[in-house]
Amino acid sequence: MNRVLPLIVVALAILAFATLLLVAGPAAQIRSIDPPEGLAPYTAAELRGRNEYISLGCVYCHSQQPRSPEQAPDVLRGWGRPSTAADYVYDEPHLLGTMRTGPDLLNAGARLPSRAWQLTHLYQPRAIVPQSIMPAFPFLFEAKEQAAQGDVVVKVPARHRPEGKVIVARQEALDLVDYLLSLDRTYPAERTDLRDNGFMAQEEDS
Amino acid sequence: MNFTIGTLLAFSFAASLIAIAALIWAISTHQFRITESDARTVFGDEEGGKLDDPTSPHSDSHPSAVDPALSPEWRRLLIVMFVTATAWLVFGSIFGLIASLKLHLPDWLTGSAALTFGRMRTMHLNSVIYGFLSLGGVGAALWLVPTLFKTHLHKPRLAMLGAVIWNLAVFAGVIVIGAGWNDGLEWLEIPWQIDIFLAIGGACFAIPLLYTAAARRVNHIYVTGWYYLGGLVWFPVLFLLANLPGVHSGAQQATTNWWFAHNVLGLWLTPLGLGAAYYFIPKIIGKPIYSYRLSLLGFWALALFYSQVGMHHLIGGPVPTWVVSLSVVQSVMMVVPVVAVAINQHTLSLGNLWAWRESLPLRFVALGAILYTLASLQGSLEAVRAFNTVTHFTHYTVAHAHLGAYGFVALVLFGGIYYMLPRVTGRAWPMPWAISLHFWLVVAGFAVYFISLTIGGWLQGLAMLDATRDWLASMEVTLPYLAGRSLGGALMTLGHLVFAANLAVLFFGRTRRFEDDSDDVATPATATSTGA
Ligand code: HEC
Ligand code: HEM
Ligand code: HEM
Repeated sequence: MNRVLPLIVVALAILAFATLLLVAGPAAQIRSIDPPEGLAPYTAAELRGRNEYISLGCVYCHSQQPRSPEQAPDVLRGWGRPSTAADYVYDEPHLLGTMRTGPDLLNAGARLPSRAWQLTHLYQPRAIVPQSIMPAFPFLFEAKEQAAQGDVVVKVPARHRPEGKVIVARQEALDLVDYLLSLDRTYPAERTDLRDNGFMAQEEDS
Repeated sequence: MNFTIGTLLAFSFAASLIAIAALIWAISTHQFRITESDARTVFGDEEGGKLDDPTSPHSDSHPSAVDPALSPEWRRLLIVMFVTATAWLVFGSIFGLIASLKLHLPDWLTGSAALTFGRMRTMHLNSVIYGFLSLGGVGAALWLVPTLFKTHLHKPRLAMLGAVIWNLAVFAGVIVIGAGWNDGLEWLEIPWQIDIFLAIGGACFAIPLLYTAAARRVNHIYVTGWYYLGGLVWFPVLFLLANLPGVHSGAQQATTNWWFAHNVLGLWLTPLGLGAAYYFIPKIIGKPIYSYRLSLLGFWALALFYSQVGMHHLIGGPVPTWVVSLSVVQSVMMVVPVVAVAINQHTLSLGNLWAWRESLPLRFVALGAILYTLASLQGSLEAVRAFNTVTHFTHYTVAHAHLGAYGFVALVLFGGIYYMLPRVTGRAWPMPWAISLHFWLVVAGFAVYFISLTIGGWLQGLAMLDATRDWLASMEVTLPYLAGRSLGGALMTLGHLVFAANLAVLFFGRTRRFEDDSDDVATPATATSTGA
């Protein structure tokens, strides 16, 4: 180990090999697939809401990747069937997440389709789930003396809002809820080969 | 389909085995021409065999007041690197502490979007990883590479430009994340428009080091140099490929994301930490590492296996089975380089316990090296499918993350900075007792942090897998442990403030310079007890 150049060349070759396997390999398999029939591209409002989701860091508490029944009871919890690569063709950036400080949200729209519930929950999660540790997002709303015409008034129990005020959703909150309601992958799974079926295999072996 | 999966797996596995076999052959037949005496490269002509520690009253090695090779530009550069790294440490810890408190006090500071958990946590991660650890680690490289190569740093002005650009880019990144603009990928949150400047800054660090390596005055490249050279060529490639806008999307982007994120840990932070540990442990103790040949195996096996482990972050996820299995296998194979490093570093440090008592910098570095071994063995276990099923989405992962990034890399850097700054500035640490206080605060704080989250995360994982319990049970069970983490994190943050204060007094206070009294060069008069 007395030469710089061979060291650098071998080091880069090893990284190139890994990149081939971990980046190029999956890309060749995944990038060519067709979108599932049941999945629609995001609308402009949903995309704005998705940007709110990214900007507020919801991904650090919520995953979007239900696991298979062989591995975990995600289906029983109502989080949806195991997802496949086909469910994410319109996702850029991906928001798979690695934490479940909160529940999985890949099918949040199908599970909790009420706009009013979502708005109240974003304004103050503890108005609905008293023990919740999800942050409140009051800055996505406005506290007004009186709602104007066209305002979306959010139902909030009196103890959770400034006295004598009504809570009105800002555009950001409405967009974010649009996005949450769009989270619905309840159509039949496509390309089930494009997910980690390693747990299924174990089940079959035994 | 199954055919391609099988062949690909078999191919990469065979390639890895062949490579390992080739390495063993190369080592045993002296192809790389490394000898055990090369391990003494860390010592100068008259050095070795004695404790070398500018913070210890019993050090036999007299730090020359100012190293004659150290040009003013080079010295200014190192000071800027370490001072800004420390500033990022302080800011990053405060962000981390706020994020931690918010997890059990969810209605605290909810008035502004910039203070919400998702942003505080992200500002924390980017401050400590790209601010503290990267600047501190590169700072150490900017001192160690020329020192080991017995030359001066070439092109120090370019490196200084790099320090300025890198700092401004991280600063801009953290500010815009707070303002709500980020790329949406974990570990790649800083918008790519700002990443361009990080890449430029990184190049400004790499070029002077490559020039220095080319102009070296020693024949042999010591193991520290391998890790640094590796890290310096790996990181730019990773960073560029992962940040290309508009190239990646969907589940495929997730594989790129975690290929990058784990390589930031394995091929960037780990080489920075290990490179430094491979220098400081033998240097301070005054004896070479246990088996120099073994370190070669440790380095190449790390490069080979670590670069392929990224998909263990997507176990059970929507990416092809074969790529996940590949990463799981390579994660377990990582035991090979980890044990190689462990044998080398711990036999030396644990065989010289007197030096732990004598030298606080060594205590930081050697403990950090031990925590590297523990973090890695834990990581290999966490990558096993059955284990990962419990821990994957829980705070257990966060505990492991801190064992690696904090217990290992940060502790090694603390020790390194305590050792280096007296030599760089020619001044003794003004408050030696503060070094000891720093050590005990962060060790105690981190123990509380790690144990809390490990237990809490495990219970969380079990509750989440139990279909008979409501999901909320998995959240509620973590609450006391999240509070415990805040307590531990507060102690760590306090330790960091003590460290920063010591640094501030070193520069702005009335500190003693080594040259002021040549009789007792290594110690300021006030330093009666440095050990605790
Ligand atoms: C600190 C972690 C955390 C963050 C950040 C967070 N959440 Fe949550 N979230 C939770 C927890 C815990 C629950 C479960 C308790 C509850 O319903 O409030 C939850 C529940 C939810 C639910 C209901 C899911 C269900 O099945 O009951 C939705 C929808 C949701 N969060 C959306 C969001 C959005 C949108 C954001 C970002 C603006 C966000 N969350 C940020 C922790 C978090
Ligand atoms: C043999 C070595 C190692 C292996 C096999 C390993 C494996 C793992 C695994 C399996 C996870 C969990 C992924 C998940 O379930 O979401 C993980 C997370 C993590 N590890 Fe390691 N680890 C190793 C060493 C290290 C070291 C040395 C460091 C620090 C420098 C480190 C830092 C991290 C971090 C920061 C995370 C969290 C990533 C995130 O979710 O943001 N690991 N590691
Ligand atoms: C230099 C010191 C530190 C380093 C290098 C560091 C590193 C990290 C890393 C890599 C993560 C990402 C973990 C993951 O995604 O799994 C993280 C998250 C976090 N850290 Fe630190 N950290 C440090 C100090 C602290 C301190 C002092 C605290 C105070 C309590 C803290 C609190 C947190 C919190 C709350 C998170 C978020 C975890 C989550 O998403 O649930 N960290 N840190």
